[in-house]
Amino acid sequence: MKDSIIKVLRLIGLGFLEPLVRLCVGEQPQKNAVLFVKKAIFPLVSILTFLVIWGMGAQSLYDKDANARIEKARSEQGEAAAVEMQKCIESGDVSCQPNTLPSPAKVWAAYKTLLADHWTISEKKEEFAKKTAKINAKRAEKGEAPIKYTGRPSFVDQIQTSLKTVFAGFLLAALIAIPVGIIIGLSTTLRTSINWFIQILKPVSPVVWLLLVFMIVKTLLSESDSDKSFMISFISVGLCAMWATLVNTSMGVATVDKDFVNVAKVLKLNVFQNIFKVVLPSSLPMIFTGLRITLSVAWMVLIAIELLAQSPGLGSFVWEEFQNGANDSNAKIIVAMFVIGMIGFGLDRIMATIQKFMSFNKADVA
Amino acid sequence: MEVLDKELVQKKSKASLPEIDTRPDMLKIEDLAKVYPTPKGDYTVLSDLQLSVKQSEFISIIGHSGCGKSTLLTMIAGLNDISAGKIKVDGEQIHGAGPDRAVVFQSPSLFPWLTALENVLIGVKQVFPHGSKQEKLDICKYYLDKVGLGNDFNKKALELSQGMQQRVGIARAFALKPKVLLLDEPFGMLDSLTRGELQDVLLEVWQKEKITAIAITHDVDESIFLADRVIMMTSGPFAKIGDELVIPYERPRVRKEILEHPDYYDYRGYLMNFLNH
Amino acid sequence: MAFLELRNVSKSYGTGKDKVEVLKNINLSVEEGEFLAIVGFTGSGKTTLINLINGLHFPDEGEVLLNGKPITGPGPDRGVVFQNYSLLPWLTVYSNVKLAIDEVMKSASKKEKDAQIRKYVEMVNLTHAIDKRPAELSGGMRQRVSVARALAMNPKMLLMDEPLSALDALTRGTLQEEIVKIWGEDKKTCLLITNDVDEGIIMADRIIPLTPGPNATLGPEFKVDFARPRVITEINQDPNYKKLRTKIVEYLIELGENRKAEQHAEYTLPDLKPVMPGWIKWGKKPSETDYERSKHI
Repeated sequence: MKDSIIKVLRLIGLGFLEPLVRLCVGEQPQKNAVLFVKKAIFPLVSILTFLVIWGMGAQSLYDKDANARIEKARSEQGEAAAVEMQKCIESGDVSCQPNTLPSPAKVWAAYKTLLADHWTISEKKEEFAKKTAKINAKRAEKGEAPIKYTGRPSFVDQIQTSLKTVFAGFLLAALIAIPVGIIIGLSTTLRTSINWFIQILKPVSPVVWLLLVFMIVKTLLSESDSDKSFMISFISVGLCAMWATLVNTSMGVATVDKDFVNVAKVLKLNVFQNIFKVVLPSSLPMIFTGLRITLSVAWMVLIAIELLAQSPGLGSFVWEEFQNGANDSNAKIIVAMFVIGMIGFGLDRIMATIQKFMSFNKADVA
Repeated sequence: MEVLDKELVQKKSKASLPEIDTRPDMLKIEDLAKVYPTPKGDYTVLSDLQLSVKQSEFISIIGHSGCGKSTLLTMIAGLNDISAGKIKVDGEQIHGAGPDRAVVFQSPSLFPWLTALENVLIGVKQVFPHGSKQEKLDICKYYLDKVGLGNDFNKKALELSQGMQQRVGIARAFALKPKVLLLDEPFGMLDSLTRGELQDVLLEVWQKEKITAIAITHDVDESIFLADRVIMMTSGPFAKIGDELVIPYERPRVRKEILEHPDYYDYRGYLMNFLNH
Repeated sequence: MAFLELRNVSKSYGTGKDKVEVLKNINLSVEEGEFLAIVGFTGSGKTTLINLINGLHFPDEGEVLLNGKPITGPGPDRGVVFQNYSLLPWLTVYSNVKLAIDEVMKSASKKEKDAQIRKYVEMVNLTHAIDKRPAELSGGMRQRVSVARALAMNPKMLLMDEPLSALDALTRGTLQEEIVKIWGEDKKTCLLITNDVDEGIIMADRIIPLTPGPNATLGPEFKVDFARPRVITEINQDPNYKKLRTKIVEYLIELGENRKAEQHAEYTLPDLKPVMPGWIKWGKKPSETDYERSKHI
């Protein structure tokens, strides 16, 4: 029981809880208590420290901005206006709040607002679905498309859209990069002739990819009514992110252990057996290392691309909030920042777990 | 101090042999050369090398590292191009690598994503495509059991120790039913105790099949224990066969008896003398 | 009183189910000026033993005494030569040795240090390569640097953990001679760990086998009392050498017998003839005659 829990924890990257598990079953209490403090309590303390510094920084920025506003009122409109402004700020009125880095408490509040907002929108959607159920059934009989909810998406909906886009992009990247990587890796001539191309395209900024994809997709899909912005963003994400997998796959294939190549020769394996029984399995760890990088790059560029392409998702959420300039917009942006970070971390953990399964020497993967 | 009489040793070693060996040649190497082109001109590793190995003969080749003994072996295996000369196996010139010349490499080079059984099976499938599935599995199991891995068929290659992995390497080679078995310093990476164990395992499997075998080694004791004949190679460049010594011990061999044999240290001294001069 | 003494030393790693008893009941005493070889095998815990003496690890039970006092940590009185050389790749031979000199001659002048460094590099015959970096040196030369560095600490005792097993036979022979020669000059206490019986016989005064782990312990000791210098080709003809070597090797074979894997159920070998792959026709099972035909194409 204990051992299997520890195994699972290690596998999913929560190894720091291992001493706690051992502590719970009463194994070497002193040593494990120390370990637990080191591995779990210290990071917790560092998080708290971070929050305190953030809070203090936010407070001083807030004071600075408030003072600036009061001074401005004084110099432009005189003493009375300054007093008025000070009162206004103290009362917490929306119209005159300093617009700066929000404090942790405000961010927490914004998070709760976003969540509440999500519940109300969900309810609305349900109501809408109930209302339109009959009509949609009729429309389906006639072969017409059902009526869809077209209201404002909630924060959680945006996350889902982003995840959908990133997975579509990731899949596209994998589907292109792995086969191409294998082909390039197998032939030295092909590798040298294509290498310059890869090296030039690899550092190209996501923005340029987006524009390029926009040009092509716009022309190709000028008549079809499929979701153009989704297409554009996921293809751009795929193109930006696939290079790591491409390079790693070709490297992995090209550097198959010489002994393995010799074994394959002695056994006279044919080309297909060689690829599927020797080359591919032995380069799987490298391929998955590449895929892991690809996914994290995909998630990173996704936000920028959504922001630019105005396609729905977390990126456009951030952009809209920034444009919006409402009282809690800044706090919402910070919430989005943490959510983006945590989802990125989660995705990386998932890939690391898969990578661990794929590698021959399990201890190697960090 | 007693001085080694080389001629006497040679005489002693050949005393018990029949005048004429009637076995056919399984491997014949004629005028073999290997030249590597380098920026500074050609580098000749081997030149003018002649060797013939009888059917069911076990020979070992010793020499210093870099003398080209591994090059010779990989050329016989077909993994290395021939610059000049001929290599014939069973009367036919070789073309590239093939399972008729099975190789046991220095590093076990098992596929780490496969189990011990699957590692052997992949070769068995290649050479026995006409066999039934059960027959193929039986072949794998037979040899894995013979090398002492009867309990570890389904262990992944990486879960096995180096010595165990090399046992699988031996099973994989024998399971191909090759005409010639090539061993490229097969136990070089193992400590001497494990090395001894694996030599025993190797000879035990070999005893049943008597496949013509060539073992490269730099360990004098290993070369004596394994082989019917020890070939000594001179140091490169232009390496060739410098000398050879017949090891007349009866088979199956027991290490203890060989160690206590009155001539053992003479043969050992003969080989060490060659290596140290 | 012995120079180094291990009394009932046991050491294990891991906890609970993963616990591995590496060494068990190790009793050993080494006299001052003695050259002792321990013949051990992969996974028998030799490195653990060296680390215990070096002071990097501490025993679970028993004690490790140096000059009668328990070892509290690594110190310059014990120089170590590792199998993997462990030289700093960005430093030259000179600077690698200098590290050790700086450690033990903190107050000496630059000139004195320089002289000392050159002396030790000279001792291992590397003066011609003194400004080279490890990457430019062969394995044997690297190990020489490692020896020079260990000697430069001017230790009371030299610990060598399979120093030569990564080298080819010829280089190994030369280095064995050189190390013994250097040892002969001031007779430091030496502990050599090796897996090669002959190396032990050539170099040591006494050989003690370490049984295969887990629960490795020391076997009976074998005294080696041939006159030095010992040359392997000469000593090979010595009847006493033959006797001693056979005795040690046979002891080790016996150890091996105990851990031999037994054979199980008899599997029968199907009587099939192999074919050369590459002549298989699609959609048709090949027969043995295909093989015969392929031979004549």
